[in-house]
Amino acid sequence: MISVKELRRTFGPIVAVDDISFDVAKGEVLGFLGPNGAGKTTAMRMLACFLAPDSGTATVCGHDIIAEPVAVRESIGYLAENAPAYGEMTVAGFLNFICDARRIAGKAKKEALDRIVPMCAVGSVYHQTIDTLSKGYRRRVGLAQALIHDPDVLILDEPTDGLDPNQKHEVRLLINKMAKDKCIIVSTHILEEVEEVCTRTIIIASGKILVDSTPALLKEKYHCSLDEVFRKVTRTKKSA
Amino acid sequence: MHSFKAVFKRELKGYFATPIAYVFLVIFLFFAGYLTFRDGFYEIRQADMRAFFSNLPLLFVFMVPSTAMRLWAEERKSGSIEILLTLPVTIPQAVIGKFIAAWCFLGIALVLTFPVPLVVCYLGDPDEGLIISGYIGSFLLAGGFLAVGTFFSALSKNQVISFILSVVACGILVYAGMPTTLDYLSNILPAPAVSVIENMSIQMHFHSLLKGVIEFRDIAYFFILIIGWIAACSIILDERKAS
Repeated sequence: MISVKELRRTFGPIVAVDDISFDVAKGEVLGFLGPNGAGKTTAMRMLACFLAPDSGTATVCGHDIIAEPVAVRESIGYLAENAPAYGEMTVAGFLNFICDARRIAGKAKKEALDRIVPMCAVGSVYHQTIDTLSKGYRRRVGLAQALIHDPDVLILDEPTDGLDPNQKHEVRLLINKMAKDKCIIVSTHILEEVEEVCTRTIIIASGKILVDSTPALLKEKYHCSLDEVFRKVTRTKKSA
Repeated sequence: MHSFKAVFKRELKGYFATPIAYVFLVIFLFFAGYLTFRDGFYEIRQADMRAFFSNLPLLFVFMVPSTAMRLWAEERKSGSIEILLTLPVTIPQAVIGKFIAAWCFLGIALVLTFPVPLVVCYLGDPDEGLIISGYIGSFLLAGGFLAVGTFFSALSKNQVISFILSVVACGILVYAGMPTTLDYLSNILPAPAVSVIENMSIQMHFHSLLKGVIEFRDIAYFFILIIGWIAACSIILDERKAS
């Protein structure tokens, strides 16, 4: 469902993403790992058509990110880093706006809201302005807007950042529940999360893919925990 | 079209969800009234709105950029631009949606000046055509300044910087056409250059509309001004959205 071909993006002299290629199929949950500044967010932003690549391309659900950005955006749900939203709006107003922009109207809108509000547990803050919400609730609202149109592809940039352990557990359960019908890319720093939800993992550093494997295979190959695998892989790259 | 509508609706509602709209409207209406009566509205003993309309360019130089400064600077600073531009919305749709919403808001501000024409009608027998063309000119003037402000709002994440740049740019568009400026320029520039500057300034086209003459070239001037700055805003936004 996602096919990335030699995607590259620079910011001045900095190469944020350096010719990365990979494919993700339906039913896969891909964990995108890497140190800060590795290029995870830039890669995800390119897949979500927020940033244009310098070279290379990708297709999402058969649509090219350069030639058909609107079709790509229609077929994905994207949760940006820090879950930005319109602070002055209420949760209800914000989700209604997302429905309007995604052409979900009338009965379909009601059904979408009835499904997503309990799913993301935002019912208790539904009429509250987003500015007054805690970090956890803001992230849940971000998840709700990403899932409201029931997309085939989900791109989640650190979906559990700032959540308490219970909320983290709930989000992981939610991802696991949706996993078999969707294609999901999750970026995270939490390695236990990768073990819990991801069927595959890519470790990226300085814009390059260092490892593309499954969490189980990585542990078997390196004979250590995923934490240590991460350190070994990314430090080897640094010292090289 | 649905994307444009969604952005338009959200933006227009956004003004009234915060105190911004009310603060703006109160300040605008106060100064619009104050400047009109300060300039001898009663003393000239004429049933027209010249005193009201002739002060609007000066008032708009400050008021319109204050409306425009948040349009994109706030989106970029809060990161909500990443939500907006990963929805099935193109940059031109988002820019136009926001621009039209802000223009409608300024239109509401102009509509709320209705007591002034009511007073004029009560006191005398004004030329209604002159009042209507004056309002059309004022609305276009607001649109022109708003397009300039929208561009500078996309240029900088900092609302204060975008406000100052917009005020300077709008001020140049107004003062370039002032008789004193043109007199000065005629001493240092050849006559054709002065004529070009006069034609490019907002003042000449606005005053032409205030005289009750709705000419194609004046309307075209405002639309070219709006389309040009809006197009530039779309380009700059595409370049800088992630910076």
